[in-house]
Amino acid sequence: MSNINLPEELPVAAAVRPKKDGREYVRFTRQERTLHVCLNVSFICLAITGLTLKFSYTSWAVKVSYILGGFQTAGYIHRTAAVIMFCTFATHLFGLYKLKKEKYGTWMNLIFGENSMIPGGQDLKEFIATLKWFVGKGERPQYGRWTYWEKFDYFAVFWGVFIIGSTGLTLWFPVFFTRFLPGWFLNVGTIIHSDEALLATGFIFTVHFFNTHLRPEKFPMDTTVFTGRMKLAELKRDKPREYELMVARGELEGKLVEPYPPIVIRAFRAYAWATLAVGSAIAIWIVYAMIFAYR
Amino acid sequence: MAHGARKPRSTDISVNIVSVSKRFNHLDHYLSHIPQAARRPFAQMGVRGCILLLALLCVIGITALPAQAETDMCLACHGDKNMSVKRGGAAVSLHVDGKKFSASIHGPVSCTGCHADLEGKDFPHPTPKKVSCGSCHSGEQDLYAKSLHGKALARGDSLAPRCVSCHGNHDIVAVKERNSSVGPLKVPYVCGKCHSEGSPVQKTRNIDQHDILENYTESIHGEALLKKGLVVAANCASCHTAHSILPHTDPASSINRHNIAKTCTKCHAGIEQVHRKTIRGELWEKEANVLPACIDCHQPHKIRNVFYEQGMADNDCQRCHSKPGLKSADGRLMTVSQSEVQGSRHAKVACSQCHSEVNVSKTRPCETIKKKVDCTKCHEAVGLEYQKSIHGKLFAKGDPNAPICAECHGTHHILGKKDPQSVTYPTNVPNLCARCHREGQKAALRYTGEQHQIISNYTESIHGQGLLQSGLTVTATCTSCHTAHRELPKSDPESTVNPKNVPTTCGACHHGIEDQFNNSIHSSSVSKTTKALPVCSTCHSAHQIRRTDETGFKLDIMTKCGQCHEEFAKSYFDTYHGKVSRLGYAKTAKCFDCHGAHDIAKVSDPRSHLSRANVVTTCRKCHADATRRFAGYLTHATHHDQKKYPILFWAFWGMTSLLVGTFIVGGVHTLLWLPRAFQMRRDLRAEEAREAAEEADQKASDEKGDNDVQH
Repeated sequence: MSNINLPEELPVAAAVRPKKDGREYVRFTRQERTLHVCLNVSFICLAITGLTLKFSYTSWAVKVSYILGGFQTAGYIHRTAAVIMFCTFATHLFGLYKLKKEKYGTWMNLIFGENSMIPGGQDLKEFIATLKWFVGKGERPQYGRWTYWEKFDYFAVFWGVFIIGSTGLTLWFPVFFTRFLPGWFLNVGTIIHSDEALLATGFIFTVHFFNTHLRPEKFPMDTTVFTGRMKLAELKRDKPREYELMVARGELEGKLVEPYPPIVIRAFRAYAWATLAVGSAIAIWIVYAMIFAYR
Repeated sequence: MAHGARKPRSTDISVNIVSVSKRFNHLDHYLSHIPQAARRPFAQMGVRGCILLLALLCVIGITALPAQAETDMCLACHGDKNMSVKRGGAAVSLHVDGKKFSASIHGPVSCTGCHADLEGKDFPHPTPKKVSCGSCHSGEQDLYAKSLHGKALARGDSLAPRCVSCHGNHDIVAVKERNSSVGPLKVPYVCGKCHSEGSPVQKTRNIDQHDILENYTESIHGEALLKKGLVVAANCASCHTAHSILPHTDPASSINRHNIAKTCTKCHAGIEQVHRKTIRGELWEKEANVLPACIDCHQPHKIRNVFYEQGMADNDCQRCHSKPGLKSADGRLMTVSQSEVQGSRHAKVACSQCHSEVNVSKTRPCETIKKKVDCTKCHEAVGLEYQKSIHGKLFAKGDPNAPICAECHGTHHILGKKDPQSVTYPTNVPNLCARCHREGQKAALRYTGEQHQIISNYTESIHGQGLLQSGLTVTATCTSCHTAHRELPKSDPESTVNPKNVPTTCGACHHGIEDQFNNSIHSSSVSKTTKALPVCSTCHSAHQIRRTDETGFKLDIMTKCGQCHEEFAKSYFDTYHGKVSRLGYAKTAKCFDCHGAHDIAKVSDPRSHLSRANVVTTCRKCHADATRRFAGYLTHATHHDQKKYPILFWAFWGMTSLLVGTFIVGGVHTLLWLPRAFQMRRDLRAEEAREAAEEADQKASDEKGDNDVQH
């Protein structure tokens, strides 16, 4: 590196390249990131508008409902958000279909392939190993691309959209659905819709937030799902199996890109923080309403 | 009894005779009242009458004997002076003086003629009922029944006089007889038995005149009768009549202001021609309402010839009381503005009619006034109502806070309630009552009930706004519900605002609603229960009644229903309808949207809005295409009742277990993770620090190398 006379053809970038490789690993595609944003915007809208009704006995709910412009406006927001979420879900399913068509060929390949979201034996092993690690009886497991809690979160969304979405539709169109369902089904639907929603919001705003975004070692914030990239070191540390597989197959280089400029990162962070703040506020509200003001 | 069967017959006949002869007496009585010229038709009838009389005398002759025999039979026992019986612990003499009886006007009548209920009764016969004189003297009986005395008896007044009270019983003689108990000379004493000063009647009954007997005795009439034996002089009955005694407020009364001239001119027939003060030569009778009546100057019972020239004209009063600044000994302003009186309802009432204790023989006639003005002299009915009211009761107790007539109506400038200037005009009533009932005022201070800020609440209520802002004078004001003169606390069963009476009170204006309510489950006529049923004020409040289309009212009413229907309200708030309502929006169905407002019936009642026949229609009020299956939605469902709603119960607990289970797993997982995560963070930071140090070293060595190159 002591040569002052740099050859003309050498790229400038190479010349100023930092000693450490600053490139980042692409974990999520643009579509996946977009869908996550759609999901979290619609989810928060649904949570706020739905919980005002569920916790109508708190003075908070009355204020929030007023700020939202009344129960009718809140209702429009709720249903619009529901449609967005349905679309997000549909887009994801379509994405899976495309993935199957372009990459895996058959559904079986997609479902039982190495990057499958379906929990399998490996996940069970990792889960047990993790518990051992928690209690100090083993090393941290070598996680692959998808950990078992990530798979759990993924299927929780499937389950939630199905359960909350279907009961929500009966409540949206009660006259239509009672053409073939008994009237009391609306009551049952209300209970399922509301309790499952409570589970979803409660889980997302606490456990998911912790597992994925707020873990101490990642504090203050893991923004991978928003930027789509993670540091190579982080990949090595968090998903060692995936990293090794990539290196072994020589696919790693193809997945590395330059990081976003700091301003973009800051924007993502701001958004993530806002979402996190709203979500945490809702979590606090839920705790308050369920424990201190429950009627 | 062998002859028992025969006896009634003879009595029948004798009764007939009495009634016939009584009719003759009547005829005679009437004839004496008819002017000479008018008597001719009766005189012509005399011939027929004489024949009839002869025939009757024959019958009397035939039947007199059995009547006499019966009387003798009764006297066989009752002739004994010592015969008595114990009634209520006191010995009551049953003695009848046979001589006196046979000398009495009823001598020819058998005992059972009057004691008809004893007819044919064996010895010892039961205690006879009270004799009904009216069975023969029906005319007098009718007059008596309509009179003050008769009405008092009818309402059970223990002091009410009966026939015997004035006439006696077995020794009654004709009025014309010198020794009649109701002869002219005796009348003042007969009436005086009850109406002399200090008697129970004078003390306890509402009689405006005082010292009646004394005043009468000193009056020109009394003097003539009692001191000079002039039996034609007016006695009590001359003015008050014998049987048809009525209060002076009664238009039919002989002493009513409109009739008094007629009564006086019965004797003073030529007064029109000779009276000095005949005004414009017109007749008093004709215009009694315009002209002063006899009594305006010649006060009842006190009439003296010496007073004639004085009279108690208003001008006499005005001589002093028109002076500005006239003060009483205790400093009260005594000036009475004539213009004030003239503009008032009492413009045509003389001062002395209200200030009745004046004595015109004094230089200051008013110096004899001891009592305050008693309005009930004329406004008797109102006075009775007032006495029953809480105001009147407090006044009777001597409470200084108790309002009297003048407190509300004023004194000399009283206006009719239809005059917008009047304090009792509907729009002025709230302010009138507020004088005492506004917060901080004397009535509000002593009040311990639950109604507060009455006046300001009323002013903001729909009634208050209707009356005071929209000027709707038909709107309910204080007196519409509480009445003007008979206001009573809510707790009094007689009160118009007692829960029992509230529907009727409100129904006075809200008529259709009252009918609906009376047929509803909340009406005591429909629901037989010991629990308190709601009335209008339970839901609408008393003084804060709002428009029912206001959002605030619609939402509040649910709390009202929930006060009694606690469980139903609770479970309602578990449903979408309830939750939205609780957020403060009135658009979703509330209690009354489904159950109705005033016509609430049991759901099992076919008339109910929620009966099988009506429920779908009710749902369709909001859900246009609702079906019967849709109506199966459980509007009061709760997941806490396993027996009633097992599906909801299990759905709820299923979901709750799922929720709790997931949170436990997620929570424990997270908590276990935390220490490891912190450890990782520490390791990471340490590594970063090491890397940074290495990098710094590298940099330093690099720089050194660079420097070497430069060298």
